[in-house]
Amino acid sequence: MINVHDIHKSFGEMHVLKGISANFEKGKTSMVIGQSGSGKTVFMKSMLGLFDPDSGQISFDGRIFHDLSEKEKRNIRKEIGMVFQGSALYDSMSVEENVMFPLRMFTSQTNKEMLDRVNFVLDRVNLLNTNKLFPSELSGGMKKRVAIARAIVMNPRYLFCDEPNSGLDPRTAIVIDNLIREITLEYNMTTVINSHDMNSVMEIGDKIVFLKDGYKAWEGSKETIFKTDNEAIVDFVYSSNLYKKVREAMQNE
Amino acid sequence: MHYFYHIGAFFLMLKEVFKKPEKWKVFWEQLFREIDDLGLKSLGIVGFIAFFVGGVVSIQTALNVESPFIPKYLIGFATKRSVILEFAPTFISVILAGKVGSYITSSIGTMRVTEQIDALEIMGINSINYLVLPKVVAVLLFYPVLVVLAMFLGIFGGWAAGIITDLFFTEDYIMGIQLDFDPYFIQYALIKTLVFAFVMVTIASYHGHRVSGGALEVGRASTKAVVWTSIVIILLNYFLTQMLLG
Repeated sequence: MINVHDIHKSFGEMHVLKGISANFEKGKTSMVIGQSGSGKTVFMKSMLGLFDPDSGQISFDGRIFHDLSEKEKRNIRKEIGMVFQGSALYDSMSVEENVMFPLRMFTSQTNKEMLDRVNFVLDRVNLLNTNKLFPSELSGGMKKRVAIARAIVMNPRYLFCDEPNSGLDPRTAIVIDNLIREITLEYNMTTVINSHDMNSVMEIGDKIVFLKDGYKAWEGSKETIFKTDNEAIVDFVYSSNLYKKVREAMQNE
Repeated sequence: MHYFYHIGAFFLMLKEVFKKPEKWKVFWEQLFREIDDLGLKSLGIVGFIAFFVGGVVSIQTALNVESPFIPKYLIGFATKRSVILEFAPTFISVILAGKVGSYITSSIGTMRVTEQIDALEIMGINSINYLVLPKVVAVLLFYPVLVVLAMFLGIFGGWAAGIITDLFFTEDYIMGIQLDFDPYFIQYALIKTLVFAFVMVTIASYHGHRVSGGALEVGRASTKAVVWTSIVIILLNYFLTQMLLG
């Protein structure tokens, strides 16, 4: 479980996070949603320790991140898998080398053991026979799947995904969403996903945290999101014509 | 104040560079890759420039010593001194600051803007140590080899140019090379090379690691890195020459 308590973060004069608190539970996919510029990425990077919050605390299963020594922080990071918006695959490495990289850095496995594990996770994300390809030879969806494979190769306890569907067609986006959901359940991970894609939210969002202008404006589940009267979330969810029509249909019923 | 901030940040980066690598096996693999990328792939350009600049130095010297009272062996002597003391260590370092320095800044900078460095950090890897230390060790090991090669090829180029243009005889040139040869000059050139190589890699890496934004900022950082590396090399050359030869 990840517990975030009252975190604030400013960059110069700009106050980006204004006292956000949230809990993200194990075995569930939690979605952080909000418009571009609402603070989602800063919130996620603060949880990951890439930004130091100005105040507040973040704990991973009771371990308060900012109270830990550098070594202890590094140990927690080894329990984290991250899927970046642009996949962040290492250009100079093949698919196999990208996925194997955390194993080479942090385990003493033999080459055969590492290769078996790499093939296992590549199979899990439906990417067999791509081992020798380089990131430049992959499609957007394939890159995302390699990124997911790399994120789970070390059996992480926590999985973070920053806009995993951005730039993907709707069908591939659903495949990626379902993959993240299945993996979360399979490995019993605490998964946090940044997104502004309402399809993803409705597909896999066990818990939803809505950010607006650096505040947490709403928190709930995919079951309650359509029933809420919270103006901010209603504005966000029904900003697309499709969802406006869904709402009208629901109201007519 | 702005400059002091960067100087402080640069030295804080150096502190991270010289930490123990996460895994030695991975470090050695990286080191050999960097020797190939930063050293072996520069052999061609270094050899080409050294040969022709050596030739130009000897032709210029020959054309400027037309007096019959000045012995012809001075052409070999002047070429040797120019190539060993200045051209090979300093000129080659400035050229490599352009070629290798911009490569380092743009490759690390691109990793930064495409979140590959964030990916390393999140895994718990010290990205500065992982990316920069193998580069530093690679250039410190290989650049002396490049500079010694540049010395040989520069002097050889000087001889070849003179023979082709009929400006002097081989015997005079060889006598000039052997005249008043002081092995300390080689030592002096190699000390300068090591300092310049270190400066080049660390300044280029610093600029690459601090990039934020996109392709434009990576390009700007590369230019800035080459400019600053060249300035620091020229300044250090001045002080090192005074310290080591003065």
